[in-house]
Amino acid sequence: MTAWLGFETRVAMRFLREGRMQTVLIMVGVAAGVAVIVYISALISGLQANTLAKTLGAQAHITLRSLEDTVLPAAERAPGELALSEAQPRAQRLRSVQNWQPLMRQLEQLPAVAGVSPMVAGAGLALRGEATQSISLMGVDLERYDRIVGLGAKVVSGTARLAPGEAIVGRDLAADLGVRVGDRFTVQTAAATDTVRVTALVDLGVRELNQRTVFVPLRAAQSLLELPGGATTIDLSLHDVWAAQALADTLRERFPYQVESWQENNAQLLSALNAQSVSTSVIRAVVLVVVVLGIASVLVVSVVQKSREIGILRAMGATRGQILRVFLLQGAVVGSVGSVAGLLLAALLIALFTTLVRGSDGLPLFNITLEPVLALQVALLATVCGVLAAIAPARRAAAMDPAQAIRA
Amino acid sequence: MTDTVRHPPGPLIEIEGLRKTYNAGLPSEVEVLHGLALRVDAGEFIALMGPSGSGKSTLLNILGLLERMSAGSYRLQGEPVQHLDDTGLTLRRRQSLGFVFQFHHLLPAFSALENVTLPALMADGRVGPRQLARARELLDAVGLAHAMHRRPSELSGGMQQRVAIARALVMSPPLVLADEPTGNLDTASSDEVFGLLRRMHAERGVSFVVVTHDPRLAARCDRLVELVDGKIAHDGPIVA
Repeated sequence: MTAWLGFETRVAMRFLREGRMQTVLIMVGVAAGVAVIVYISALISGLQANTLAKTLGAQAHITLRSLEDTVLPAAERAPGELALSEAQPRAQRLRSVQNWQPLMRQLEQLPAVAGVSPMVAGAGLALRGEATQSISLMGVDLERYDRIVGLGAKVVSGTARLAPGEAIVGRDLAADLGVRVGDRFTVQTAAATDTVRVTALVDLGVRELNQRTVFVPLRAAQSLLELPGGATTIDLSLHDVWAAQALADTLRERFPYQVESWQENNAQLLSALNAQSVSTSVIRAVVLVVVVLGIASVLVVSVVQKSREIGILRAMGATRGQILRVFLLQGAVVGSVGSVAGLLLAALLIALFTTLVRGSDGLPLFNITLEPVLALQVALLATVCGVLAAIAPARRAAAMDPAQAIRA
Repeated sequence: MTDTVRHPPGPLIEIEGLRKTYNAGLPSEVEVLHGLALRVDAGEFIALMGPSGSGKSTLLNILGLLERMSAGSYRLQGEPVQHLDDTGLTLRRRQSLGFVFQFHHLLPAFSALENVTLPALMADGRVGPRQLARARELLDAVGLAHAMHRRPSELSGGMQQRVAIARALVMSPPLVLADEPTGNLDTASSDEVFGLLRRMHAERGVSFVVVTHDPRLAARCDRLVELVDGKIAHDGPIVA
């Protein structure tokens, strides 16, 4: 029985071992290429995941609110009639989402939805002593809202709790008002005034939000904003954040509400992320092309150097196919060994990044990990590239005329 | 122990009307062999001589299925081979022919023993115990039992040529083609290598066609074929 690739493997390995310096150099080249691809991919996906987590950590994936008031024309224009009209846009008042409680139950049934939370949001003032700050007042059901933005995890002081008369306050607003956990301050809106006690300070990850946000119980906000039993928005969190746009489009068609996905609210951020992804892909493609050209050039030189040996092998009875496979195998070996070394190098670079690059708080800037799937994909890709790079030199070797090659 | 395969008597090579033209159809077209007829029988030891450019190497390459003829017919062990494709020629070469070249052409990355087992490796994908034993026996027969594991660079020219002879014989071909096998050696080594070829011929019944420029060595063959300007000028037994 013929042992599969026994001859080809033995000759390919010996050829590689014989050209030691060339082999080592090209393997180092492949390793460097693989390391760059894996490291940049891990870095960019870590950076993007961090940016997304920060962005989505303070907002819902989808928000529903009632449609804006519009000015209707006094009379329909008759066909062929020319009308010159000017309509003053209406001032928007705070309105509740119609039938929000049955709507919420309906939304909770959707398989893509992880959490649904009603909110009453409006503007107000926070007063304490001589300090006055404009605030964004948010009335929430804490348990539900926690499923949307994970408020509990953002507490920097105190305990997240919203009993009647209690409030959770943004870290910077607390500093501006000079309040700590347990202190009281006054919340004033156009309709009412109330005093609340601070139970926790939170860091929402965005300075502007930290300077303005006050969370109070849903009922307290309803009475402060004169919206008894109402909810100005319904917030949704999803299992897959990237499904938000499609679901928002569906909801927009099904319900008479204003529906916004996080992508629509952060279009600029998304374009930046996309641009980053495209740049990463371009870098990866360029590095792969360089790797392929590197392997190909070394193997072309090897074919020229070994033409006499190829001729003698052909004279002894090696078929064109066997010679072809000897060189394809060399490409595969260079690609696979180079990628394993490259993965180790990438792991080292990632470890160095995590250890050496830290923020002002002494913690790593963001989490960057070597994903096994990514590592496997890149290693496979490099091996396939090694074989592809070897095709031209291998065909050249296989096409050699043995009589001429021996005379060379 | 000599693991000898005795080949049946009869014609090994029958060539009729052999023509070889290079650059056919171009202004530089040149015919180097002009309608040769040649028969090589099993058990013969033939010297192929001729001045430079007479077509010896081309004829040897065609006999060895390394080059194709432009016209004529070629039967190897009774089978026509001129219409075989590249793979067919390669497999026939592997099966029926051994080669010894002037510059021995061993693979430098392989030891003497590995060089000798290479034809078996390429045929079967592995070297079995029988093939390994035969390679060892052949290296012993050419006097290199002590140097089996040395690389070609660690061997003298004569020793390398003896390894090449062992390699040519490892698949027990009925015919070995040798292109100036002593052309690169000093007189003592030449005599030694030529003596070895004769011994292999006598002990193992292998036929040899040996290209040589050396009349002294040609005189030790059984038959002389002399090429001049692409034609056989002389073909007959050598009378001592």
